[in-house]
Amino acid sequence: MQALTNRVKVVSRKPMTFWERMYLPAIFKGMAITFSHIFKKDPTISYPEQKRPFSPVFRGLQILNRDEEGRERCTACGLCAVACPAEAITMEAAERQPGQEHLYREEKYAAKYEINMLRCIFCGLCEEACPKDAVYLSETFAPSNFQRKGFIYGKDDMLIPDPKQDPEGYKKALGSRAKHPEGHGNEH
Amino acid sequence: MSVTQILFWFLSLLAVGAAIGVIASRNPVYSVLWLIVVFFAISGHYILMNAQFLAIVNIIVYAGAIMVLFLFVIMLMNLNAEAEPAKHLYLKMAGLISGLCLLIVFVAALSGSAEAKNVGQLGGSNIGLIKNLGRALFNDYVIPFEISSVLFLSAIVGAVVIGKKE
Amino acid sequence: MDLLLINWAVFTEKLILIIAVVSGSLVIAMYSTYAERKVAAILQDRKGPNRAGPFGLFQPLADGLKLFFKEEIIPNFSSKFLFILGPCLAMLTAMMIGAVIPWGNMLHFFGRNISLQIADVNIGILYVFGVVSMGVYGIMIGGWASNNKFSLFGALRAASQIISYELAMGLALIALLMVTGTLSLKEMVGQQMDSYWNFFKQPLGFLIFLICAFAECNRTPFDLAEAENELVGGYHTEYSSMKLGFYLFAEYINMFLSSAVMVSLFFGGYDIPFLNDTALITKIGVNWVTIIQSVILFMKIAGFLFLFMWVRWTIPRFRYDQLMNLGWKILIPLSLFNMMITGALILLKQNHWHF
Repeated sequence: MQALTNRVKVVSRKPMTFWERMYLPAIFKGMAITFSHIFKKDPTISYPEQKRPFSPVFRGLQILNRDEEGRERCTACGLCAVACPAEAITMEAAERQPGQEHLYREEKYAAKYEINMLRCIFCGLCEEACPKDAVYLSETFAPSNFQRKGFIYGKDDMLIPDPKQDPEGYKKALGSRAKHPEGHGNEH
Repeated sequence: MSVTQILFWFLSLLAVGAAIGVIASRNPVYSVLWLIVVFFAISGHYILMNAQFLAIVNIIVYAGAIMVLFLFVIMLMNLNAEAEPAKHLYLKMAGLISGLCLLIVFVAALSGSAEAKNVGQLGGSNIGLIKNLGRALFNDYVIPFEISSVLFLSAIVGAVVIGKKE
Repeated sequence: MDLLLINWAVFTEKLILIIAVVSGSLVIAMYSTYAERKVAAILQDRKGPNRAGPFGLFQPLADGLKLFFKEEIIPNFSSKFLFILGPCLAMLTAMMIGAVIPWGNMLHFFGRNISLQIADVNIGILYVFGVVSMGVYGIMIGGWASNNKFSLFGALRAASQIISYELAMGLALIALLMVTGTLSLKEMVGQQMDSYWNFFKQPLGFLIFLICAFAECNRTPFDLAEAENELVGGYHTEYSSMKLGFYLFAEYINMFLSSAVMVSLFFGGYDIPFLNDTALITKIGVNWVTIIQSVILFMKIAGFLFLFMWVRWTIPRFRYDQLMNLGWKILIPLSLFNMMITGALILLKQNHWHF
């Protein structure tokens, strides 16, 4: 029969020679192979001490961003919730009261902002949809939990530290995906 | 009592008790295990008589090989107390009487013999050690020894023939 | 009182030796579980246990603790006495082999020569055989008492395998005994100290003995008795807690002591290679030489233990008919052949044929 590809390997059905039937040479060969693995470097990364760097396109847990004065960027427009294919995001908007200007950047803000991390598929569409650069996918992943409600992340779980009070923590939490902290990162 | 005597009585009681256990157990697996204990007790007696080779051969051959096969077969047959056929009372009586007759014959034969009287001296002799045993087998008793080896050979051939039948 | 006429010096000496050998083999068995995992990891390019203590050295302690604290389950429809007796027997027979192995030459303390062998019985190696043939009862009784089909299968496999390979082992040993002319392990080691190791006189015998030792220890390629993917756990399917631990432990003790037997029989026991031991004694004294010899013995044993593990992670398990074919149709004829050749050579040598 004509073979469809040139990758066919013909199996030899010859009876084994005496040398092959002794099996010992084959056993020694196998043992030599396993022995040679003693000298190979193991590819293991001992996790808690050593960490493999995330790839630049890694999409992890969401964070809620602040601007350089430490005000929340989110204006509760709901575009992320609309964009979300898994319908993981819910939010409640509230109006900024006088005297709260140092807390919220716009005059409307998210009083409640929740992402169900069990539904979230980490596609990053919320990040792309956000006109205010308020939501970003960071470089962490959700730790395990004993209850479902533990996976519903609220604002206090996702808001990153204030850049004025804790610039180190802010930078760390922001990660490398938010390339333009001044905004308009996603518009080009 | 010396240590040897204490050991002798202990082993004797063990042997007799375990032998009673063999016939008294309802479950054949327990019978086999009791029989193994009997073999160990007998091996202990051999050691007391300084016949270490016989003792260890008794353990290797009887307790180690034959009883394993017994146990093997009994475990596969899955015999238990319910599967045991009810025996007639007369049958039990007949067994008891014939067993007692055998015992009497043994006692009568051994009590009169000269060997029974110098059992105590056996402890000091080296007749059971492997060197002396080998010398005796290959010098004094060559012909019986070789005849028994022919017997074994024929048994092996027979086993192979039975195994090849199918 | 005749009872008190025991030589108390000998008694304490032997008692200390027995305690040392028993606890020593337990510790070595413990650490061979660690070594097994480490060797497996290294051969498979992994790290192995490294969390408990430095380099994971406390791992065996953690494992032991875990086994002790697990719930002990005795199946309802098992015979309870035999169920407990099984692992005890396995452990007992595993430990008993250590009694006849010469762990070193002798120490000279308090004006006494203390032999580092618990009992130099004149049947020596036959005692090892007797104990090994008892070892199968632990597995058989445990497997049967579990009242589980898989356990019974494991037990039957173990029994038939051990009986089959004991024959080839004994026949391979007979050729060795023809060369050495003694059954005592101590004398065999003594002979090897003066001339070549028995391995060079009986290479084929050693190979057969080695294969049979693997089979007797139920180690992979011959671990059909506990073949996980066919029989769940084999004879210890129903066992839990430390009773399971005893079975697993007995395997490692068996491994250690069979390595010791092989070293004593074929690799010169406590003989220091490339060195005249008697000359060394006059130079640095008996005690130091004995200590060095024991260290050498343990190094040789460690080599064998590594071989056991190396083979385990290289060679896959036999199928049952292959196992029986190997035992009955290859190893037994081969060892008979080896015996004949050895006998012929000895006869030629006795009749002054020089070759």
